[in-house]
Amino acid sequence: MAALKTRISIENLNMFYGDFHALKDVCLQVPQNNVTALIGPSGCGKSTLLRCVNRMNDLIDGVRTEGRIIIDDQNIFSPETDVVLLRKKVGMVFQRPNVFDQSILNNLRFGLRIHRQMRSKSETMELIQKSLEDVGLWDILKDKLHHNARQLSLEQQQRLCIARVLILLPEVILLDEPCSSLDPIATMRIEELLRVLRERYTLVIVTHNMQQAARASDYTGFMYMGQLIEFGLTQGIFTAPCKELTENYITGHFG
Amino acid sequence: MNAAGIRQKIAFTILGLITLLVVAPIVLIIYYVISRGWSAMSWEFLTAAPRNGMKEGGIFPAIVGTVLLIVGTMLFSLPVGILSAVYLVEYAKDNLFTRLIKLSVVNLSGIPSIVYGLFGFTLFVVFLGFGTSILAGSLTLAIMSLPVIITATKEALEAVPMTYREISLSLGATRWQTVRYCVLPYAIPGILTGTVLSLSRAAGETAPILFTVAAFYLPRLPRSVFDQVMALPYHLYVISTQVPNMPAKLSFATGLVLIGLVCLMNLVSIVLRAHYRKKKQW
Ligand SMILES: Nc1ncnc2c1ncn2[C@@H]1O[C@H](COP(=O)(O)OP(=O)(O)O)[C@@H](O)[C@H]1O
Ligand SMILES: [Mg+2]
Repeated sequence: MAALKTRISIENLNMFYGDFHALKDVCLQVPQNNVTALIGPSGCGKSTLLRCVNRMNDLIDGVRTEGRIIIDDQNIFSPETDVVLLRKKVGMVFQRPNVFDQSILNNLRFGLRIHRQMRSKSETMELIQKSLEDVGLWDILKDKLHHNARQLSLEQQQRLCIARVLILLPEVILLDEPCSSLDPIATMRIEELLRVLRERYTLVIVTHNMQQAARASDYTGFMYMGQLIEFGLTQGIFTAPCKELTENYITGHFG
Repeated sequence: MNAAGIRQKIAFTILGLITLLVVAPIVLIIYYVISRGWSAMSWEFLTAAPRNGMKEGGIFPAIVGTVLLIVGTMLFSLPVGILSAVYLVEYAKDNLFTRLIKLSVVNLSGIPSIVYGLFGFTLFVVFLGFGTSILAGSLTLAIMSLPVIITATKEALEAVPMTYREISLSLGATRWQTVRYCVLPYAIPGILTGTVLSLSRAAGETAPILFTVAAFYLPRLPRSVFDQVMALPYHLYVISTQVPNMPAKLSFATGLVLIGLVCLMNLVSIVLRAHYRKKKQW
């Protein structure tokens, strides 16, 4: 493997929902241009960790964060960080394919509009085409851009959500159980898409599906009760885990 | 049919009858007003000023007055009501202070309208020196309408799924952009419903305009916002109780016009709602 560059450096991260200690001293170097999977039993803090990286937890009252997350030599928790730019750079795809109840076009244009990047019509169309091509939807949708996005299949909606992130030219994409509402075939196809996207982006995917982590990721982190128990090459984690807890989890003894 | 089916049928019949019970008075009132007032309805009645001790002529100045008051009320209460609801739902932290505000908004809607009238008289007519005028009346009606508008807007905003806000923010939108593009468009139908409800009520109220704007008899139309006007509900009160030997059909026809005006507002809101449901344009 070529020299690994760290894209996101999480350092001694502690996070509290009020009195509840949700993340305990998490340290994690997310490698660039790879798929990093976070696995662990439900409630262990995977989503919480993911939502720290684009500061979505800011929205919740009573959240307190300690430690640092470094992206591009800057601590994202420092007061100088522009959350708008951070979230543009670090896109997020949610569990449910939550398209806006609007046309496909409007769904994609939304990000351009809020970031005042509406250029000429042809340039906008180019961006839209590019992002739809990237998620493999262009050929299917190019004549239906004015249709309501809710009419698409769930898989297509989730792809559209990914395209909606891609159009903003992010560098990191966070995916929180992106396949949990999809059938197995759609899931496989989204996983394929992730493998393609990792050439250009750094991907972090939360999943409670261990097969998915094994299939789709290069690196895997196992979390338990707010702690990152083990992190390493996916192959290593799944064939020869160092910690007993990890082994118990991936062999299905709990979770 | 089995026992459960029969029980269901009985339940639905009872529910249907109760619904009928609710609708019946409304239908009866409208029927009664139309049947007693329709004969007085004419083009002249709608477009002429009252004559001969208000026993003849029309009610045009009162129609104009009420329309002006509705417009004035809307101008003040819509921006203030909607924006403060947006602030309460989308920005304000949940603390003792905001909870107190929310509680007082709810309680304000329970205050009798005559109290608003007295308040408006003291503040706008006397203290601020607006005199009995369209301005003072509109402001008084606006203050009376605010609680319902705020509550309705609040509920409409809260009904917009959290995920819309999440997506928008996760794409790097600011809070205001999120409200503007992802929340308000979806809340507009609900806001419209509540707004029209409260404006309809304002249009029909007598007490708040009694001391603040309404004129007993003023056939000429107002020239500025500092003028008095006649208004339908007060006119109705006057001709029904203060003018001897008043033909009853004139009172009912006046009531009919007021009902018609309120229906018209509701119609507009239905059309607007349908329009927004279809488009939800950004
Ligand atoms: N908004 C919140 N307020 C309080 N506690 C929360 C909140 N969100 C999550 N938690 C708690 O934090 C822990 C981790 O949650 P989460 O990150 O969603 O877990 P996972 O995604 O691994 O299933 C859980 O115990 C959950 O109850
Ligand atoms: Mg989760």
